[in-house]
Amino acid sequence: MPRPGFVLEVDKSTPPTLFWRGEGFSLEKLPADRSRVIYAPEPLPALDDIDGAIRHALLNPIDQDPLPTLLFPGMKLTIAFDDVSLPLPKMKRPDIRQRVIEAVLDLAAEAGVDDVHIIAALALHRRMHEFELRHAVGDRVYDAFAPRGMLYQHDAEDPTLLSYLGTTPQGEEVEINKRAADSDLLVYVNINLVAMDGGWKSTATGLASYRSLRHHHNPDTMQASRSFMDQHKSELHKSNWRMGKVMVDSGVKVFQIETTLNNDTFPSPFGFLSKREWEWSAKDRASFIGTKKALDRTPNRIARKIFHNIEAPHQMTSVQCGEVGAVHKITTEHVYKQQLVEVQGQTDILTMGIPYISPYNVHSILNPILVMCMGLGYYFNLYRGKPLVREGGVIIMTHPTPWEFHPVHHPSYIDFFEQVLSETTDPHVLSAKYEEKFANDEWYRHLYRTSYAYHGVHPFYMWYWGSHAMQHCGRIIIVGGEARSVRRLGFTPASTLNDALELASDVVGRSPTITHLHAPPIMIADVT
Amino acid sequence: MLERTPVIAESLAGKRIAITGSTGFVGTALVERLLRSVPDCELVLLIRDGKRTKGPERLRREILKNDCFDVLRRQLGGAVPFEEVTTRRIKTIAGDVSADGLGLSAADGAILASCDVVIHSAAAVAFDSPLDSAIEINLLGPTRVAQALQGLGVAPHLVAVSTCYVAGNRRGNAPEELVSAGPFDLGLDWRKEVAGARRLRSDLDAKSREPEALRRFRHEARTELGAAGTPALASKTEQLRTRWVHDELVEAGRARAASLGWPDAYAYTKALGEQALTESKGNVPVSIVRPSIIESAYAEPRPGWIRGFRMAEPVILSYARGLLKEFPGVPEGTVDVIPVDLVVASIIAVAAVGPDRAPAISQVASGSRNPLKYRTMIDCIRDYFTEHPLYDAEGSPILVPEWTFPGRGRVQAQLERAKSIMTRTEKLLQALPLRGKQAEWTAKLEDKKTEVERALEYVELYGLYTECEAIYSVDNLMSVWDMLDADDQAAFCFDPAIVDWTTYITETHLPSVVEHGRAKSTPGKSNIEARPQRLRKQVLSEERHVAAFDLENTLIASNVVDSYSWLATRRLPTEDKIRYVLQTLKEAPSLLSLDRKDRSDFLRHFYRRYEDAPVAQIETDVQELFTKLILTKSFPAGIRRVREHRALGHKTILITGALSFVVEPLRPLFDEIVASSMTIKANGRYSGELSEVPPTGETRAQVLADYCSSLGLRLDQSIAYADSTSDLPMLEAVGFPVAVNPETRLAAIARKRGWLVENWSKSPGGPRPLLPVAATRSKAGAV
Repeated sequence: MPRPGFVLEVDKSTPPTLFWRGEGFSLEKLPADRSRVIYAPEPLPALDDIDGAIRHALLNPIDQDPLPTLLFPGMKLTIAFDDVSLPLPKMKRPDIRQRVIEAVLDLAAEAGVDDVHIIAALALHRRMHEFELRHAVGDRVYDAFAPRGMLYQHDAEDPTLLSYLGTTPQGEEVEINKRAADSDLLVYVNINLVAMDGGWKSTATGLASYRSLRHHHNPDTMQASRSFMDQHKSELHKSNWRMGKVMVDSGVKVFQIETTLNNDTFPSPFGFLSKREWEWSAKDRASFIGTKKALDRTPNRIARKIFHNIEAPHQMTSVQCGEVGAVHKITTEHVYKQQLVEVQGQTDILTMGIPYISPYNVHSILNPILVMCMGLGYYFNLYRGKPLVREGGVIIMTHPTPWEFHPVHHPSYIDFFEQVLSETTDPHVLSAKYEEKFANDEWYRHLYRTSYAYHGVHPFYMWYWGSHAMQHCGRIIIVGGEARSVRRLGFTPASTLNDALELASDVVGRSPTITHLHAPPIMIADVT
Repeated sequence: MLERTPVIAESLAGKRIAITGSTGFVGTALVERLLRSVPDCELVLLIRDGKRTKGPERLRREILKNDCFDVLRRQLGGAVPFEEVTTRRIKTIAGDVSADGLGLSAADGAILASCDVVIHSAAAVAFDSPLDSAIEINLLGPTRVAQALQGLGVAPHLVAVSTCYVAGNRRGNAPEELVSAGPFDLGLDWRKEVAGARRLRSDLDAKSREPEALRRFRHEARTELGAAGTPALASKTEQLRTRWVHDELVEAGRARAASLGWPDAYAYTKALGEQALTESKGNVPVSIVRPSIIESAYAEPRPGWIRGFRMAEPVILSYARGLLKEFPGVPEGTVDVIPVDLVVASIIAVAAVGPDRAPAISQVASGSRNPLKYRTMIDCIRDYFTEHPLYDAEGSPILVPEWTFPGRGRVQAQLERAKSIMTRTEKLLQALPLRGKQAEWTAKLEDKKTEVERALEYVELYGLYTECEAIYSVDNLMSVWDMLDADDQAAFCFDPAIVDWTTYITETHLPSVVEHGRAKSTPGKSNIEARPQRLRKQVLSEERHVAAFDLENTLIASNVVDSYSWLATRRLPTEDKIRYVLQTLKEAPSLLSLDRKDRSDFLRHFYRRYEDAPVAQIETDVQELFTKLILTKSFPAGIRRVREHRALGHKTILITGALSFVVEPLRPLFDEIVASSMTIKANGRYSGELSEVPPTGETRAQVLADYCSSLGLRLDQSIAYADSTSDLPMLEAVGFPVAVNPETRLAAIARKRGWLVENWSKSPGGPRPLLPVAATRSKAGAV
């Protein structure tokens, strides 16, 4: 029986705590008697017969007819799937998406459906490289569909491939992939790594265009989403749900397949990363020291390659399909079961070790903007109820934050960092002044469509992601970061955790309470 | 209110005074003083038309805009009355003292003929004037003025400005008389000197056109520019030839002067000029005024006013900057320095007392009446810069060294040594294939070298002057002084005795030199970026028209060999890729040398390899090449710059020798792409032959010019970005050239000409493929 999540009160005998620092980590001693560390629950057991469970779900959907009854010869069937941003790290083959898509394709073949398109629902993310597509859908599916042009990636910038469906009562425009909208059935294959994923967000965001996305990807919505991990308190989700209704009303028929994973994040040599420090075996300690020493001597570029090649052993804990809202309710329960940790009260200082990866830098670089987004967008929002850190409190992240960018994946980030952040870090100001310019830029559009670049507007979205935390916190400190990039972000650099705590004392006094979010593996703090 | 000056002002009132050399140091001060202190006189300025600007424009820009006139402008009550007064009182006539008859038009001649006084202060004062031009201006100039006046049938009072140093290198008293009249007369015939100098010019010119010499200039041009294309090389070669003739004539001037006992060509030609004038003046009454070394103003128009860089300033600043550790001289020797306003007052006084009463020659010097000892001057300078040090770029004060009064030989030897080490290092660096920041070292080294060379020249020259231990008597000058009443003596003071040297040097002269030399006199890190930022602003101004870009090493760190290799290996199995890499490495040296010789030959030769490449396959592969090679190796700042130009409404054009299909994905970035294009055979495969001359070297300049004219846009309002001297024709064609990651030679050129230099690099942390070889398809990960 896996143990639930756990909040450790740090005392004098507590061993040092693991902090991620990009492609590396350190052990830090937290002040005794006023610090605590939040650990995720241990991985839930995986389903025994995954393929059986998938098939069972397809035949027994929630609030919808079984999939085979929705399939008929001559129909237009579209299967959309979550892109490379999920799961993290990438999972060992076969990927869940491959298993689900193959099962759906089997049923489609049985029903005599031959007009099938498979679309990567990447919204404004970068296109997936061929090897990534193969990883996600499997070689069999890829080789059968891609060469015939029936497996491809959503293009949010080709007006001929988009369909405008109307507006929500709030005036939000809904524009999604034309093929998906025109199909007799849209099957969406999701992986729900965190509670934010899935539901109407899969289609209303994943298959949408900038015209649609700007209605919920903006500073106001983000600041009013408390948090993204709690659908009912998230403006972001409410907007997506409203858009979902527009889709249903305009006749888009969605068959939602959602899956959840356990948090078995790291394979055996890196097993110590998910363990609680006082339970480290001699072997864990040895691999920690060995890995750390080796990484200290490895150039960034190579360390990055090593980490991005990690394939996680995580496995499926649930699969459910049918009507979007009903399915998502059950999915969220499964996610919470794996990730929720009860935490008593807020803290003055929230510390977090930022790892090498985020949804937006798979096989790429966690550039300074993504460092911000990981800390303030993701980790800060890993709560239900109240934020872990009190209003006016301090966030301390550890990450080297080098001034480095991937020239192919993040071209607009480079310009955003050089031109926009050098002028202002206020999300509202930069949104008003620069968003349109970046969003409608020909060159970024060209790179998004023909190369592998995130959309021109994407760095703005990353910045909005952190806007609630920026508004909420009194100071943000990055330990061990390249000073000039940290300053460009508008944060305070510190060389050690102790220096950072010293800097924080201006804001929270000499004896603040400290809480460390021991992630990954990811958890959601249920703050009471 | 203008000041009240009875005798001088009265005697010059209503007079018309012609002045030559009014754009010079003394000339400007003279114009100002006459306007301000002799309210009723009129001025006629003989000004040579410049290359682009005519005389009246030069008057406005080069004379009246000088801060010399600030006091007068204020006294008159602002720019409008100043404009009115200067327009009313100043006339300009176009003329040139190096031309017979001064090159005057009939109308201008009539104006000159109407003058009551002519003050001739035009001279070639530069110590590095070529012999023949020094002869034409300094020796023949005064004579030409006198003859022009005779030709016009008038005989106004001619006041000719000369120099004390006509006395030559001698010890002891130098009286106010013609050198030819004194005991040290060499019996020189100035006509022979003129003929000799002219003959030398034509001899040297002939020599510079001999095949051997021309070959040498061509070789030098090639070394400096590399494969810049025939027109650029030709123009450089011709430039080197003219420069050689010029340098030889400078050297000849020095040698001739030294052989006759004068410190430099200036003093030598001036001495003969006095002699020639005396012989040929006819009925024109002449007074000669000989100043010694003229320095910043003592009081008028304001203490410390100075124009241009005189002789001592570069030396003083070199010392204060720590560049010059020692300076030759004898501590007990006399330095004969005289503030400019004393010189101006003397000239005016001589003009005012008139030809009958003025002495034939008056020396304006301090040595006999109020000598400044070399040691005093040095102590003042050292004390001043110890108390007010200059600061280096890092903001630290520069400590000035103790002066040891070494002989000239020792200092020169030290500098020579430094220069020779620098020259050797520079040669070595130039031979290395450096780029960007590293290439700038060479350029910086070159700057340092120039500085040392300059210091060397000044030491040589100034040393000659400090070693000149003549004492110039001022008896004639003081006799003029005695003719003035007390008011005039107060208003037009030229008695050298009034100068308190220590106060003058430390409170007036040095602060002025520091300010004038824009030396850094405040602590704190200087904003070294200031200049590039200013240039960048000019480049990114809305007024610009076209921005032209080279591709390789300007926007991406890649080249035609890379892209070919990538495409060629994309569909090869691993073992064939290895074979390909080895083969290419083997060929690399010969390819490289071909590229250095002629870019378009290289391209034609290399592109043969594309023969029989299937067009359709290349089209597909190019899309991946765009991501894997071009974008991966791009310079984000460069790409951003292209976009900034577009956003400003400039036309952007890519001019590259790369093949059109390779750069096709870059199309959205530019308004126009001009690339090499390859013909296609009937079987749908490439022919390996180019359909047109590839755009390299001078072709690029032509392409850009054609593009501009087709759109009615202007080259001088355009910008070009390139990395190598082979792009020099294009860079030179535009108004705003930018050197990007320049290789050594271009870095040196860019620095010399003050071009904007950008160092753009690949995105830090991005992927660094070791070889431009395509990864085996579908398996490769990114990062």
